[in-house]
Amino acid sequence: MAARSQMALSLGFHIIFSCIGMVMPFFMAVSHFMYLKTNNLIYQNVTKAWSKGVAIFFATGAVSGTVLSFELGLLWPTFMKHAGPIFGMPFSLEGTAFFIEAIALGFFLYGWDRFNKWFHWFTGVIVGISGLTSGILVVAANAWMNSPTGFTLVNGKYTDIDPIKAMFNPAWFSQALHMCVAAFAATGFAVAGVHALMILRKRNVDFHMRSFKIAAIFGVVAAILQPLSGDISAKMVAKRQPAKLAAMEAHFKTEPYSPLIIGGIPDVKNKKVDYAIELPGMLSFMVYDDFKTPVKGLDQIPLADQPPIAVTHYAFQLMVGLGMAMMALGVVYLIALAKKKSWFSKAWFLKLFIAATPLGFIAVEAGWTVTEVGRQPWIIQGVMRTADAVTPMPGIGYSFYLFTAVYFTLSIAVTFLLYRQIKMVPVLYDHEPTVTN
Amino acid sequence: MMIYVVMGFLWLALLLYLVMGGADFGAGIVELFTSNANKNRTRRIMYNAIGPIWEANHMWLIIAIVILFVGFPVIYTTMSTYLHIPLVIMLMGIIARGTALTFRNYDAVTDNMQAVYNKIFVYSSFITPLFLGIIAGSAVSGRIDTGATDFMTAYVYSWLNWFSVAIGFFTVALCGFLAAIYLIGEAQDPEETRRFIRKARFMNIAAVVAGGLVFIASVEEKIPLVQWVFGNIIGILAVSAASLSLGVMWYLIIKGKRFIIRVLAGFQMTMILLTTTYKHYPNIVILKNGGYLSLLADRGADKAIEGLGIALLLGSLFILPALGYLIYSFQRKDKGDVAGH
Repeated sequence: MAARSQMALSLGFHIIFSCIGMVMPFFMAVSHFMYLKTNNLIYQNVTKAWSKGVAIFFATGAVSGTVLSFELGLLWPTFMKHAGPIFGMPFSLEGTAFFIEAIALGFFLYGWDRFNKWFHWFTGVIVGISGLTSGILVVAANAWMNSPTGFTLVNGKYTDIDPIKAMFNPAWFSQALHMCVAAFAATGFAVAGVHALMILRKRNVDFHMRSFKIAAIFGVVAAILQPLSGDISAKMVAKRQPAKLAAMEAHFKTEPYSPLIIGGIPDVKNKKVDYAIELPGMLSFMVYDDFKTPVKGLDQIPLADQPPIAVTHYAFQLMVGLGMAMMALGVVYLIALAKKKSWFSKAWFLKLFIAATPLGFIAVEAGWTVTEVGRQPWIIQGVMRTADAVTPMPGIGYSFYLFTAVYFTLSIAVTFLLYRQIKMVPVLYDHEPTVTN
Repeated sequence: MMIYVVMGFLWLALLLYLVMGGADFGAGIVELFTSNANKNRTRRIMYNAIGPIWEANHMWLIIAIVILFVGFPVIYTTMSTYLHIPLVIMLMGIIARGTALTFRNYDAVTDNMQAVYNKIFVYSSFITPLFLGIIAGSAVSGRIDTGATDFMTAYVYSWLNWFSVAIGFFTVALCGFLAAIYLIGEAQDPEETRRFIRKARFMNIAAVVAGGLVFIASVEEKIPLVQWVFGNIIGILAVSAASLSLGVMWYLIIKGKRFIIRVLAGFQMTMILLTTTYKHYPNIVILKNGGYLSLLADRGADKAIEGLGIALLLGSLFILPALGYLIYSFQRKDKGDVAGH
């Protein structure tokens, strides 16, 4: 249990660092492009300010990623012994992608006025592309744990290993798509929210307004597209992991016209959900595109193979709810962009975006909880149980406390650092920037 | 066939991590042993030198780990089970160091927080290679006991012994030595050059002393290190080449050469790694019961090795030219900047 908590904690932090690290370079590239096209120094300042954010998150993401690559073995040696060679392919490629990202970031951060300006811009784009690629590869490895393929299990021995097939497991595409869109939505809203706050406080309005618009448009488009990728993901889960889907929906009874259950408190003992809104037939429709086909409920899944229902259900509801809220805000933004330009300077409009700052990341964490907790008691779906994979070393509890303390300190420190960066914007970027070269 | 490609990459990743990552850690170690009066200046030169490439240095370790867990899962999991404690300490060091370095460069407000970052940076620069060395020493010290039933034997004495600890200090001294040699080439006036030469001499002596301690500890712990190093022709040749190049290097330092001394320092590291790995090849972990974990016998499935090898070859096609160009352009431009100001 301590091992699981430690892993959850480490991944929970890594997911935030790496989402920002892989999405912000795209914002940066857009504003850099605007600068190169318009020669407006504000865009150069925005690019530089964001590139510092990217550097901070890249470094912390890299460090937390290194820690994770060790933790896999430190905490789950039995899992890694068998799974390493099978699902290692995406990790080997991820190493390459990440390395390229690090090199490109070196060029970008230290390359102002040193290189041809379009080459310099291009290195920034490479940072984004290779970051996104590493994200996709890591999610593909996680997808393998949900839909293990590329090997045959005979008498406890893993044979016929095919790493390529394992990498392109059935769930990789739906999971990677869902995660990437989520990363764009979450980062877009988070960055836009911070800039909205600064606009509301009337600090460097021009600087922050331009930043806000770039970040928000990424977040908005992603938030509006997300339900589509969510639908693809849910269909995949229904096919491969009926127990997870049933827990997500707190769907106890297998019956025709399976209802979609919204909200409510799952009562595991009496196998029902209290205070929920039920839409008859909707779950069947969403999974099978027809209202009648029954969806497998928890009654058909042995108790020993059921994930914790309440946690999975709440996390799923939270994710969907926040996703919907962000989508609604996205629509408001598009209306403002198309019809009501005046909204951009209205306090209520900015306040909505400030309120939405953390929503995307809460949704990301909730979604990740759904996929990980929903897979329990398995570490490899249907193949290896989490309890059989854990390290034999006693006293993992202490290690968990240590890591908790470290990550807690780290997150406070990063917040502190970003706060100081944002606070210094007037000093760093307010005056007419002196042109070097 | 692919297995040899993979092994080659593993060795190369370790070497590059030792040389480039080592110089990187060493920068913090040099700072630790620099008087307060000169600290700020040393720090600035050091940051200009390692800033653009430090993220890349970090990657060699990740590559080595990925090679281990994809290609040699038994070795990876044995080490991560029995060397859990030093690995966790090393990870803490990596976290602290990476964060402190980022912070001292990206904190927009300049105040006494800088002093905190500096403290964290220099101490973690010391602790991380110390434990890296301990882990490397433990792999061959024959103290990893897979049959142990009590906590201390299985998880503490596996790495807490004189031999491993001596190797830890030897690693620290090597890192400091690499960094000091590297910094000689970055110094901007004769006074500074002299200062870094003194540092390099100090680190060189420290490395020799720590190396001596490793041999003494090996006798104490009944590890046949002398026979491993000098019992074969490659070992003798490598040690002689390293010693010879050390003499040449010091001659060239006094002559004021800047680039070739870096190459020679890198060459010495290569020889050290060659000596320490050659005798045991293909074994990389020696167990208490006299058994070995071997890169050949304990490798993963053929398909996995094949995929890994292809991924590494493909990756190096992209990485090596880009990395080379990165280092090259900052070397060149730095010199240009200095002249221009």
